[in-house]
Amino acid sequence: MSGCTCNKEHRQDTLIPQIGIITDIRQETPDVKTFRVDAPGGGKLFEHLPGQCAMVCVPGVSEGMFSITSSPTNREFQEFSIKQCGILTDYLHSMEAGSEIMVRGPYGNHFPVETELKGRNLLFIAGGIGLAPLRSVINYVIDNRGNYGTIDIVYGSRSADDLVQLKEIQDVWMKTEGVNVHLTVDQEQEGWNGNVGFVPTYLKELGFSNDKTALVCGPPIMIKFVLAALTEMGFGKDQVYTTLELRMKCGVGKCGRCNIGSKYVCKDGPVFRCDEVDELPDEY
Amino acid sequence: MYKIEAKNLNALFQMIAADQELYLPVRSGGQVNFAYWHKDAEVDLETLNSVKSPKDAFFPQSENLYTVKRDAGRMSIEPEELKNQKFVIFGIRPCDVKGVEVLDRVFLVDPLDTYYAARREHGTIVSMACSEPEETCFCKVFGIDCGEPAGDVAVWKVGDEFYWKPVTGKGEALTAKVVSLFDEADETKVEAQKEAVRKIADRLPYSNLSLDGWDGGALEEKFDSILWEELHKPCLACGTCTFVCPTCQCYDIKDYDTGSGVQRYRCWDSCMYSDFTMMAHGNNRTTQMQRFRQRFMHKLVYFPANNDGMYSCVGCGRCVAKCPVSLNIVKVVKAFQDRGGDQ
Repeated sequence: MSGCTCNKEHRQDTLIPQIGIITDIRQETPDVKTFRVDAPGGGKLFEHLPGQCAMVCVPGVSEGMFSITSSPTNREFQEFSIKQCGILTDYLHSMEAGSEIMVRGPYGNHFPVETELKGRNLLFIAGGIGLAPLRSVINYVIDNRGNYGTIDIVYGSRSADDLVQLKEIQDVWMKTEGVNVHLTVDQEQEGWNGNVGFVPTYLKELGFSNDKTALVCGPPIMIKFVLAALTEMGFGKDQVYTTLELRMKCGVGKCGRCNIGSKYVCKDGPVFRCDEVDELPDEY
Repeated sequence: MYKIEAKNLNALFQMIAADQELYLPVRSGGQVNFAYWHKDAEVDLETLNSVKSPKDAFFPQSENLYTVKRDAGRMSIEPEELKNQKFVIFGIRPCDVKGVEVLDRVFLVDPLDTYYAARREHGTIVSMACSEPEETCFCKVFGIDCGEPAGDVAVWKVGDEFYWKPVTGKGEALTAKVVSLFDEADETKVEAQKEAVRKIADRLPYSNLSLDGWDGGALEEKFDSILWEELHKPCLACGTCTFVCPTCQCYDIKDYDTGSGVQRYRCWDSCMYSDFTMMAHGNNRTTQMQRFRQRFMHKLVYFPANNDGMYSCVGCGRCVAKCPVSLNIVKVVKAFQDRGGDQ
């Protein structure tokens, strides 16, 4: 990519990370924080494409694969939205701005924003922290608005307090021409005037025409019911993209953990078209 | 082709080891394993298979990747130095040489594993043909000729003589260094031995194992077979099969706190273990049946699908000999072979 701001000195084994600085931490929800990471001298650690992931490591604690939630069109820094749910994420949530972490990547494939998705009407469907990987695509598409048709975003979470990136959704996405945002929460709550109901149900109520390409990300149970709903709505499997998530250590298809069928999710994924997912053994 | 008498082997080892490491089968504590040669080492070239495969010459059981240091609150990363000294691995069997080829397909494909690649670059493989394959051997099933090993140099033991044939440029270079110990030889005796060993291989109990139907195309049918449920039952999930296997390459990455920093190292791991795929949000292989199936599906279906039909089993027979409940890849293939219609 032109105008690369990444750290040029980094060229060695892909297992060796770079040092990054957490320059900002935003509390998104009670258990999700967004971490802004810069290279020590400023700028991005590396370039990435929407949907790609990186290994975030805390020495002596652990390392884990996270989707890069910022768009490549952000020229200054990268962001990770991380839910607190394990040893590493507990530690990350205890860190403060200014702390050093280690990052290696980018890993994996990406949503085909410059090929299959170009010129298409797009339907984004996300649940909870599943917005993190899709946010990268949404902002990429918004920043290259002329290259895509209509944009619909259906996003739901347990409660209004669990909606990630709400400020950006309201201040940017909802105000962009041709972008329609449809929010929903699982249960009624005070102060919430929007839709109440699960994402798959709301999706069917909204009743989109099948002239779109759908990008789906969320908890496995949501994905399962969303795919069924989309099929019901006349979407072909080749019109739907999703991401898979399996345990990873190396990120380059060698350590064996994320092997499923003849694919490695870290290298051949995380983005799969649903007709490709159907060809995988049922073990994800 | 050259030859050297068995009684002069020690002089050969000494000459090879004069300026580089020499890694070869050594008997120690009642077991034969590949180890560094020294003048008192009890070299054992008779035992057919070392207990552990020699894969750790290129892919060590554990190795440091880098060290993270902290100085005045700032981190710095010091990558581990890559192998930069030449070494020779001597006496590696034809199946295990093929095992290295399988590992190459993992570690030398993009993105290159630089740790592995440096060892491969600096290592010279002196392979040794088999003269007496054992009942647990089934390399022939995977198209390996145990009378004609690959490698940089091929060696045959015929009676009290060792025949030496450089195969690659690396092999020629090594030969040039030690040729003063050799006599010129013709191939008559070696050819006769190759014929003899091929006949033995033909008669081995597992040589008629059929891999028909084990290819990428049969994925779904094999995956969904009811045979896995029955086959996996005795499995203890001990992981022995994966640790003695010359082609198993799954690894873990872990941290060791040295007090003044953190060493990040990788070590062999096993898909047989329950925490192998466990994440904070769940586990996609919760049963031993699934983990057992994964190991064999990977070796016989997934790996060949990605590697021009190359299986990631070389028929060395270590899992056959070492599994505490006599469960192994031969049983799996046989079950599918015998009960193909019962899936």
